Amino acid sequence: MKPARFEYHAPTELDDSLKLLAEHAQDECRILAGGQSLVPMMALRLAFPEHLVDINRIDALNIIEERSEGLYVGALKRHDDFAAPVTVNPLGALLATVQQNIAHYPIRKRGTMCGSLAHADPASEWCLVAATLGGHMDIRSAAGERTLAAEDFFAGVMTTNIEAVEMLAGVTLPLLSEDTGFGFYEFNRRAGDFGMAICLAVVRCENQVVTEARIGVGGAEPHPRRLNDAEAVLLGRRFEPSTIAEAAEVASRAIDPFEDPEVPTDYRRDLVATAVKRALLQAAASMI
Amino acid sequence: MTRKIDVALNVNGRNHTIQVEARKTLVDAIREDCGLTGTNIGCEHGVCGTCTILLDGEPVRSCLMFAVQAGGARIETVESLAVDGTLNDLQQCFVDNHALQCGYCTPGFLMLITGALEKNPDISDDEIIDLLSSNLCRCTGYRNIVTAVQEYRSVRQSKAG
Repeated sequence: MKPARFEYHAPTELDDSLKLLAEHAQDECRILAGGQSLVPMMALRLAFPEHLVDINRIDALNIIEERSEGLYVGALKRHDDFAAPVTVNPLGALLATVQQNIAHYPIRKRGTMCGSLAHADPASEWCLVAATLGGHMDIRSAAGERTLAAEDFFAGVMTTNIEAVEMLAGVTLPLLSEDTGFGFYEFNRRAGDFGMAICLAVVRCENQVVTEARIGVGGAEPHPRRLNDAEAVLLGRRFEPSTIAEAAEVASRAIDPFEDPEVPTDYRRDLVATAVKRALLQAAASMI
Repeated sequence: MTRKIDVALNVNGRNHTIQVEARKTLVDAIREDCGLTGTNIGCEHGVCGTCTILLDGEPVRSCLMFAVQAGGARIETVESLAVDGTLNDLQQCFVDNHALQCGYCTPGFLMLITGALEKNPDISDDEIIDLLSSNLCRCTGYRNIVTAVQEYRSVRQSKAG
């Protein structure tokens, strides 16, 4: 239960961390931010990086800013930083609601939003938020920078399209229209556990008719994603329990659930239907 | 690669200059290098909460940090609670409510509650239950711990108020 040996680096400038990544990329070099996933993996010897670049002393990454393209969250913003809404835009309330469901209080004090995105656990709440809202990843390397949309970023279970020489410096989450309603529902057996089915629903209506719908599901597939078929059920129709039940049913069929001896696929589909239904009902209630 | 790094840890107001390998977790350094064995080690991968300490006033898992990361931070452990052998209010509430049996998880619970109530003195009953779900206790169970925290909340409020 002790991590393997590694060389420790604690730069104070972003450029220096990128140089270290470039220099050691071929030797399994990892970024250490909150450490709430990486350190357990190292303790269990599932991960044994030869170099760790601790970014906790890089003040430039400890930022949160409202910009024209959305809310920019730097790599050192921790889950608990979102406990009180970070913006008066409805996105602030959405992030505050979601963060309550992430692990436990002491974990939320250390773990970071960008760390969760880069770790890409299938049941990560922040990955679900990025996938559902259409977040954009700010990816840096010594050679330059690029932006990846969430749908191009997540590639599989704990797998992203980030290269070994690159790091996730921040994420931009789009701001929401003032009339947006949202709902979030996560099912797990114990508080703080990995969710077995999670749904984030974001909906807009005009005259009680749905004009925009985003239904994201996490915890059920290799990575969270929007379910366009379920969204299509809602568009142009009244946002009411019967339509919501129909969308939930479509969602449960649209997913390709994990094969897991503890969670049979039929059960997982039922959980997804329930999570989608409850998230949508919450979204409807938030719009009254 | 067995290079040791100098780290200055401030634990309970006292400076400890120690030499540790980078891979040494903070909890191991607190116990082995600072000689403060009040903080217990449970699962060593962030699940049980037994090793919870305060880092700059915030409860964190000390098995999920490396000691080299904690230089310059203010660390508080269970040894900081009692003064001259007299239990503090939270510890007394634990005793009075039979909130421990074997006591192994107790240091972690005490630090978790100390940090959380410092931030949120008027914590609600629901919030207490959510907070305590962070740490595992395998003998007393949680009911008595919840009661102890409720009583501590009252004691704290009456002293503040």
